[in-house]
Amino acid sequence: MTTTGLFQIALYLAVLLLLVKPLGSFMARVYRFQPLFGLDLALGPIEHLTYKLCGVRKDDEQNWKTYALSCLAFNLLGVLAVYVLQRVQTMLPLNPAAMSAVSPDSSFNTATSFATNTNWQGYVGESTMSYLTQMLGLTVQNFVSAATGMAVLAALIRGIARKTTDKLGSFWVDLTRSTLYILLPLSALLAIVLLWQGVPQTFSKYKTANVLQPSSYTTPHLDKDNTPVKDAKGNPVMDTVNVATQSIAVGPVASQIAIKQLGTNGGGFFNVNSAHPLENPTGLSNFLEVLAILLIPAALCYTFGLMVGDKRQGWTVLAAMVIIFLALVIPCVHFEQSGNPTLNALADQHETALQPGGNMEGKEARLGPINSAIWAVATTGASNGSVNSMHDSFTPLGGLCPLWMIQLSEVVFGGVGSGLYGMLIYVIVAVFIAGLMVGRTPEYLGKKIESYEMKMAAIIVLVPPALCLIGTAIACVSPAGLLGPSNPGIHGFSEMLYGMSSQGNNNGSAFAGLNANTPFYNLLGGILMLFSRYWIVVPTLAIAGSLARKKLIPASAGTLPTHTPLFVFLLVSTVILVGALTFLPALALGPIVEHLKLIGL
Amino acid sequence: MKIIRPTIICFLLLSLITGIAYPLAITLIANVGFRHQAEGSLIDKNGRPTVDESAAVGSFLIGQTFDQPQYFWSRPSATSPMPYNAAASSGSNIGPSILGDTVKSRVDALHQADPANSSPIPIDLVTASGSGLDPHESVAAADYQISRISRIRRMDAEQLHALIARHTQDRAFGLFGEKVVNVLELNLELDQVASIAAASQPAATTK
Amino acid sequence: MSSAKARPLFDLPIVKRAIVDSFTKLNPRHQLRNPVMFVVFLGSILTTGLYVHALTGQGEAKPSFILGVTLWLWFTVLFANFAEAMAEGRGKAQADTLRKARRDTPAKKLSAPSRDAQQSSVSAATLRKGDLVLCEPGDYIPADGEVADGVASVDESAITGESAPVIRESGGDRSSVTGGTRVLSDWLVIRIGVNPGEAFLDRMISMVEGAKRQKTPNEIALNILLAGFTIVCLLAVVTLMPYSIYAANSVNVALIAASQPATAAPVTTTILVALLVCLIPTTIGGLLSAIGIAGMDRMIQKNVIAMSGRAVEAAGDVDVLLLDKTGTITLGNRQAVAFHPSNGTHERDVADAAQLSSLADETPEGRSVVVLAKEKYGIRDRQIHEMGAHFVPFTAQTRMSGVNFDHRMIRKGAAAAIEAHVQSLGGEFPAEVQATVEAISRQGGTPLVVADGPKVLGTIELKDIVKGGIKERFAELRAMGIKTVMITGDNPLTAAAIAAEAGVDDFLAQATPEAKLKLIRDYQAGGRLVAMTGDGTYDAPALAQADVAVAMNTGTQAAKEAGNMVDLDSNPTKLIEVVETGKQLLMTRGSLTTFSIANDVSKYFAIIPVMFASTYPVLGKLNIMHLSPGTAVLSALIFNALIIIALIPIALRGVKYRPKPASVLLWNNILVYGIGGLIIPFIGIKAIDLLVNLV
Repeated sequence: MTTTGLFQIALYLAVLLLLVKPLGSFMARVYRFQPLFGLDLALGPIEHLTYKLCGVRKDDEQNWKTYALSCLAFNLLGVLAVYVLQRVQTMLPLNPAAMSAVSPDSSFNTATSFATNTNWQGYVGESTMSYLTQMLGLTVQNFVSAATGMAVLAALIRGIARKTTDKLGSFWVDLTRSTLYILLPLSALLAIVLLWQGVPQTFSKYKTANVLQPSSYTTPHLDKDNTPVKDAKGNPVMDTVNVATQSIAVGPVASQIAIKQLGTNGGGFFNVNSAHPLENPTGLSNFLEVLAILLIPAALCYTFGLMVGDKRQGWTVLAAMVIIFLALVIPCVHFEQSGNPTLNALADQHETALQPGGNMEGKEARLGPINSAIWAVATTGASNGSVNSMHDSFTPLGGLCPLWMIQLSEVVFGGVGSGLYGMLIYVIVAVFIAGLMVGRTPEYLGKKIESYEMKMAAIIVLVPPALCLIGTAIACVSPAGLLGPSNPGIHGFSEMLYGMSSQGNNNGSAFAGLNANTPFYNLLGGILMLFSRYWIVVPTLAIAGSLARKKLIPASAGTLPTHTPLFVFLLVSTVILVGALTFLPALALGPIVEHLKLIGL
Repeated sequence: MKIIRPTIICFLLLSLITGIAYPLAITLIANVGFRHQAEGSLIDKNGRPTVDESAAVGSFLIGQTFDQPQYFWSRPSATSPMPYNAAASSGSNIGPSILGDTVKSRVDALHQADPANSSPIPIDLVTASGSGLDPHESVAAADYQISRISRIRRMDAEQLHALIARHTQDRAFGLFGEKVVNVLELNLELDQVASIAAASQPAATTK
Repeated sequence: MSSAKARPLFDLPIVKRAIVDSFTKLNPRHQLRNPVMFVVFLGSILTTGLYVHALTGQGEAKPSFILGVTLWLWFTVLFANFAEAMAEGRGKAQADTLRKARRDTPAKKLSAPSRDAQQSSVSAATLRKGDLVLCEPGDYIPADGEVADGVASVDESAITGESAPVIRESGGDRSSVTGGTRVLSDWLVIRIGVNPGEAFLDRMISMVEGAKRQKTPNEIALNILLAGFTIVCLLAVVTLMPYSIYAANSVNVALIAASQPATAAPVTTTILVALLVCLIPTTIGGLLSAIGIAGMDRMIQKNVIAMSGRAVEAAGDVDVLLLDKTGTITLGNRQAVAFHPSNGTHERDVADAAQLSSLADETPEGRSVVVLAKEKYGIRDRQIHEMGAHFVPFTAQTRMSGVNFDHRMIRKGAAAAIEAHVQSLGGEFPAEVQATVEAISRQGGTPLVVADGPKVLGTIELKDIVKGGIKERFAELRAMGIKTVMITGDNPLTAAAIAAEAGVDDFLAQATPEAKLKLIRDYQAGGRLVAMTGDGTYDAPALAQADVAVAMNTGTQAAKEAGNMVDLDSNPTKLIEVVETGKQLLMTRGSLTTFSIANDVSKYFAIIPVMFASTYPVLGKLNIMHLSPGTAVLSALIFNALIIIALIPIALRGVKYRPKPASVLLWNNILVYGIGGLIIPFIGIKAIDLLVNLV
């Protein structure tokens, strides 16, 4: 890897870590009902109106079951709303491009995808969704699915911090406050900067321009039934089409992009997401967008530390995340910068003053391989799933990094809220093993980890790998599944593995060559996403409830300290080992064997 | 029930706030402060910003197909049905193992257009961008094409270097992104400074 | 009972019995108790079937290969059974030893409730309810019962914590005696109150033997984690079949397109089962129940019988130790530390008289007087018979002891007894002696007054002596994060002095049973786990409240019922060892779990390169150990089975425990079992592969 690569990684992490403390403490204020520097005065009336209309009181706290039930009910309504919006978008306003109704299976997939904070996009954004669907369906879910994750995290943190109570807070209050005071202001801020950088925000229809150099292309001649016509010799009849204009998709992009980055959603306005120059026009916009991916998940670690009354605990978790991030981002940048070995004889892939070089297939010139690789690892570490380059065309080992990052169960930063609560479950597992090794019944922050917590933690750790492995297994032996991959053989396997891992972990990014907009993949993926989200949310809240009921054990010299470099090492090892042991065989059949064959050439 | 009412009301209110009020507010700000960008960063044939669609030759941020020898070629695009289809962005999604043949044909096309040029071909000129709409290419990619364009347009290499330099965007604040050349702008100015020669030359074959 | 500690790890009779048990434990119902090993059990049956199928010539692989895998799978199951049987066997052997030791205590059985009745010497274990026994000075009372006749001073210090002897006599509320206490003077005829088998120890023994062990909470939690991990491995392995079918198909399609024979084949079930068994945590799974049984066994070796595995586990978690001062922190009996003369007497004369009076006094206090006089004043030990002196022993009536010679009548005893004694001889009890007596009492010491005829010579000061090395022990406990609290009936001033000397963290002075109970509850409300030892009936409520309660075997029935462990040695200091054993139990589990999971990495490198050999030969590059392709799978499997046997000693003995802070312990164990667990199998598998290929 070149020094440019190292410098870019360092720059990214430095800015990210600088923002952790201010934003983290601000978020802690949100969840502890402390003054918010005037923001609460401005938005307070809306907040209180919401409670009043909902018939809830701010101090009316719920136990874990009611909290979980509220969360599920709210999300279910979200799924239904997005589904219906897609199905009837023809009848609704704000559809200047006259998009037709989305198919039932695709609507189901997209509805679950956005409600679960996955934002896997089986559809092509600019040619499927009306502006109204994008806004009222997708943008809304971008906010509330993120806020749901943050609410569940707030409940878990309270469960850890409180003692001998069954109250975890109110889902409605946490949801509303997360949206109003954290997501909305940050999104507005980012949206405005993105506007300045060139991201469109309009309700007018797609633009048409007369291009400078007209061109033409050929396409198969279709008959009335849309089947290609063949001539007497059996060769397809081709039409030549002249192109003198360019239709440019625009829309209310900036508002949606801001929240899709900040809320670790990832569902872009356009098909190619943030590789699209109108979604991510400049180096600066790219930096801010990739920063936004990890911003809240990283800062929440500090919030956690504050709320449990021991900031070191937050830094510990963050340190573990940063280490795993580095362990994958460095090789990813290295392999993408080194370029594709099969192209060495054909083109110049070296970094010079005049070109970034590297593996440029599927990458934007203004972003280059380094920023594409950093983004790839950040977006898969967080369950963001937005992309600024096509992961499918990464080098085998460069592509392994984001793929494996997803398979680490989205706990390295992870989704807003969901990443940290997932990581805290890994902390519980690590504490359990470590606790035994020092000869005490394991405890975390004064709470004993007993068989109930282990049962729930085992479910949580088990669900995502199970979904990925089983989903891929179904896809790679069923006829409908085998139609998906656009690449043959090994890489086709990687495409399926990536697609199932992405949905089975609520990430949403893809080896986009997988043609997943089919009933088979839409349904399979939809089911994976639902299980992966809620089969983790409910046990997490169950753990929160159980921990809240426990007594607080004061720390002593015999207590395993969970803020030391040693514990960071242990946590990192636990996450890596579970991920490696689960996925090494599958990865061997995908990226690893592809790499070995590639360098064998 | 204690859950149904808040579920419905909370959902409706948050939808209103985040799905209607928020995008509208941002649109309002866009119209006041960033009208040009908000409408897609369109430019006219002089390369100047415009919001008038009829005068637009394209967007500053959206690449166009340039595959005739008198223009700086843009990067390959994998959109369908034609390259640089800005209504359906797409990458090639070709895996690394089978990319060789595709790149080979792109390399051959470049060699065919300029057989005398034996310098190594910059990688971005023979690889499809992620969006298929990349408005840029590397300085190296533009430089590589100088020999062909100077021959066809009968221009000085120096002059072309200067032209490229004028349309080169450095990293933002010297830190973010990569140094790139805006191909549409470059070609627009190219047409203006040397309204050729292209007329005297027979129009080159496409592809 | 020290023979128990000397028992070798692999005692031949135990090993023999364990080998037989390994096979009887193949019962599916037994296997089902352990999810990890049950998976191996099913895998063994599956490959056995595959082998039989292969014999027909249509198998998926060479029969010899499948046979090799099958045999080692069965060995894996048997080795795990063997580990468990070994642990159980040692427990049973231990119980046998205990029973023998119990019977060895002799008792003087009487035919009638009279001292003069016919005596016969019998084993205490044979005594039944209603039997009568005679206890004379120096005898241990063989079992709980009632005094039928006689009056005597009894040393109950081991039970009550009070060093002063108590009086037991027939009738009234001082008639109850407790097994294990010792008669100091006079004699008692005791009517035994319990039958053998009802005795506490007997019930304990039957529990240990029964081995009807319930899983402890922590063991259940670990089992859940291991089961979860097993499912993850199962999924990772089972899904390899479809993946490899896809891979083989796509390779074959390419081969056929190039008009080459389609040679790629999906992975075989045999290899998948082998990989699965190598991956799932069989090491810890196989040893888990052995570790639990061995934990109780180690307690027994320390002569502590735990009522449940849960109690052993809880011992590891204890944060507060409540320790009785007497017998635990200080020596059970007080010792003479100073002589205070009365006005007009030389200090040396007091020492001389005190020594003379104590020459024949065999109580620890008496001996300490002799020693002090000798050390402090160089007064040599004299032979009482040579001097023609007559020793007057302590009796419950006089409450004095002393010596008569040369017309001198030297007596020592409690102030009140001596006062009565000198006044009866026409002497006076001087006021300054009275003041000294009161001063010593105030400071927690015990004053004994010495008189020569009617003249009071002075006072002997007896004091608690803090046990040697106890301070260091408490410092270790502090390093482990355990707080020590001294419980004493002394006044706060004295208690503070002793607490400081012994280095305990805190003390409870003038402790009443109520105060003790409240202290425990307060600590528990603060989230701490409290351990204590106790023996008296008064201790019962506190014992019942404490999380870990070690009752002394010599204690009352009520105390033993209330506790969850019994110390057969009745040594209160044992509490510290109990805590260590508890910690060791958890540490062994944690360390072997880490070891087991860390092992997996190497097994992937052994098996993955060969399992896809026909599809992707290029994966052979991952064969970094350079194993022979034909034996790599078998070598990994053999290693996996043998490591269970190799780790039985650690499972039985427990990992080494040192009193260090948690972070140091963790680092040590991660280094040894985590990093070691990563590296060792690479070496082991390679070595086995070399051996297998030699054969």
